[in-house]
Amino acid sequence: MKSHQKGFLRDSLIDQLSRVSAILRKEFIQMIRDKMTFAMMLVIPLMQLLLFGFAINTDPKHLPTAIYIEDHSPLVRSIMRGFSVSDYYQIVHQSVSPQENSDLLARGEVAFAVHFPVGFTDQLIKGERPTLLIEADASDPSASSQAISRVHEIVNQSLQHDLTGVLSNLQTQPDPVIVIVHPLYNPEGKSQYNIVPGLLGVILTMTLVMITSMAMTREAETGTLENLLAMPVKPLEVMMGKILPYVVVGAIQTTVVLLAAKYIFWVPFVGHMFHLVIAVMLFIITNLSLGFTFSTIARTQMQAMQLTFFFFLPSILLSGFMFPFRGMPEWAQIIGEILPLTHFLRIIRGIMLKGNSISEHQPDVYALLIFTLLIMLIAIKRYRQTLD
Amino acid sequence: MIRTNTDQTLAINVKGLVKDFDGRTVVDNIDIQMPKGQVWGFLGPNGSGKTTTIRMICGLLKPTAGSGFCLGHDIITEAAIIKRATGYMTQKFSFWADLSIRENLEFVGRLYNQTNLKRLVNETLESLGLEHRQNQLAGTLSGGWKQRLALAAVTMHQPQLLLLDEPTAGVDPQARRDFWDQIHYFSDQGMTVLVSTHYMDEAERCDQIVYLAHGQLITQGSVMDVIKQSGLLTFKGTGSYVRQLIPWLKQQTGIEHIAYFGNALHISSTDLSSLSQVIRRSQMYIADHNLESVQWQQVDPSLEDTFIALMTKSGEDQRKYR
Ligand SMILES: Nc1ncnc2c1ncn2[C@@H]1O[C@H](COP(=O)(O)OP(=O)(O)OP(=O)(O)O)[C@@H](O)[C@H]1O
Ligand SMILES: [Mg+2]
Repeated sequence: MKSHQKGFLRDSLIDQLSRVSAILRKEFIQMIRDKMTFAMMLVIPLMQLLLFGFAINTDPKHLPTAIYIEDHSPLVRSIMRGFSVSDYYQIVHQSVSPQENSDLLARGEVAFAVHFPVGFTDQLIKGERPTLLIEADASDPSASSQAISRVHEIVNQSLQHDLTGVLSNLQTQPDPVIVIVHPLYNPEGKSQYNIVPGLLGVILTMTLVMITSMAMTREAETGTLENLLAMPVKPLEVMMGKILPYVVVGAIQTTVVLLAAKYIFWVPFVGHMFHLVIAVMLFIITNLSLGFTFSTIARTQMQAMQLTFFFFLPSILLSGFMFPFRGMPEWAQIIGEILPLTHFLRIIRGIMLKGNSISEHQPDVYALLIFTLLIMLIAIKRYRQTLD
Repeated sequence: MIRTNTDQTLAINVKGLVKDFDGRTVVDNIDIQMPKGQVWGFLGPNGSGKTTTIRMICGLLKPTAGSGFCLGHDIITEAAIIKRATGYMTQKFSFWADLSIRENLEFVGRLYNQTNLKRLVNETLESLGLEHRQNQLAGTLSGGWKQRLALAAVTMHQPQLLLLDEPTAGVDPQARRDFWDQIHYFSDQGMTVLVSTHYMDEAERCDQIVYLAHGQLITQGSVMDVIKQSGLLTFKGTGSYVRQLIPWLKQQTGIEHIAYFGNALHISSTDLSSLSQVIRRSQMYIADHNLESVQWQQVDPSLEDTFIALMTKSGEDQRKYR
């Protein structure tokens, strides 16, 4: 019994680390035994990936197209035929005014509105490269982007048969027609490649925040909290022990998403893996700390769940995942700047799609770091060391 | 208010502890001075504040008012130190149901930074007789075994003070006896033990008892002291049909409480003359109604008599003050 008296004040780093590891082991065992939750953590990302991936993979054809012609000619008809046979466009309406074209688009009755202006044929024959204006409903980029990306090819091919004889010289130059596509409702013109990296952020946010938000509330609800609090373990130690096992889960989820991005959705990855790993690790820890903080605020697991969704909804809507960030009203952008997902999306898209290094995203990295530190401070402050 | 812990011989030294929950006073001005090395019983009806008091002593609840020391450390500012030298067994089983018995013990041992953990856990399992079931999930144990596991887990780090909150609730008589043998064994090793209980036989195994009602400390001392202090006088009535008298006795004034146990009727009061009057009237009642005769004799009140009387009395108090 004497040894206690000595042991009272001695609390070395080793002691602290071994308490962290005690919590960590316990959490690992509990995580693996809770088969339902464990399965959920692996199934949810897969399901989300496949659902979104399915939407990406569909290569929508026969998109309704309105056409407004101010200049009827055989060449114009050739181009129209070209649109029709391309399978991507289906001309469903001939408008009588540019206004009608725009209205149809605004109401969502057509996905594209094509405008052949006065003098189109004349300019074409003279080699003056007339403009063909296509307005596109780009609010669903995965739907419109394929059709948009094909439009030059379609126009050029359909003119191939007509631009013979005297006109054959027109075929050599850049393009006989300047096609201008106005993607409406989505000025950023996101490509589908944006979605898979974004999805990584969404999946990590949802599952990791949710799972750690239960960390303390579960102990409270099962009554084990009283026991835990009666033992000599400090708030920071509990937090570390409860967060670290889920870093592994986050890493597994990341691997799954990245493999799917590469081998199922052929998303290009032009950046460096090293930068990506750092960014992902930081983001995983941010989410886990946030979840843990929720669990110190919520009194029941139900409340923890509600807090998670309270956070998840703006994350998915205002981070630039669903809607282009710069297209949102200013107030939404301000909220968006507070959300970790916003910054992560910028970093991850920068690294994966543009080949940026993490240092090129310093402001976003700092934002994540500050957010994480603040939230951890709140967690430590909020952590109840008593049952009050 | 005690500022310094002057008395090193006290394991628990608290003064004026008060705890309010939402404006309701649940523990009301409690003083406890408990010497090291003793076994004390903590008694009182449901909701009297036993658990709340124990939680304040081990730093799990902040007292609304009052202060004190536990093992020489301030219960408000030095809770972290107190926790290392205390073993607290909660009223409700609070080990991890989805961890096995061994995993629970290992977890607890690690949190107390035990060296030689494997050996310690093996020895604990052996002393519990649970080696063959060490991989069973704690949640699947029967009630009695859960309690045994809990006791083993909270004593594994050899605490100086053991706080046991109704450790034998739902435990069979044989296991209860084993439990108490263990408690006395720990006490012989120098541990101080505070046990809350509702069982009279357990109270009688304690060096001293502390009796709470409605958050107030009503009486304390050895079993003998408590009985004596109550000033209670008890008559025991025997006879084959003695129970038939109960409805009639209940209508009589001058009796503080009536209890039937051990095939005998116990009537108690602090006033000898009114008790004698009731007994005389009862003989007349028996004669009038041609009932079997009842033999009355004065006996020493039992602890149970005393507690029931205390409980009834404090119940009345509560009604008056409300
Ligand atoms: N966290 C709390 N919030 C509000 N009221 C509480 C809380 N904990 C206890 N109480 C109330 O305090 C009173 C005393 O409770 P306590 O658990 O200390 O009694 P007890 O003597 O241990 O009873 P029992 O013998 O039933 O275990 C009860 O009325 C209870 O409802
Ligand atoms: Mg209790």
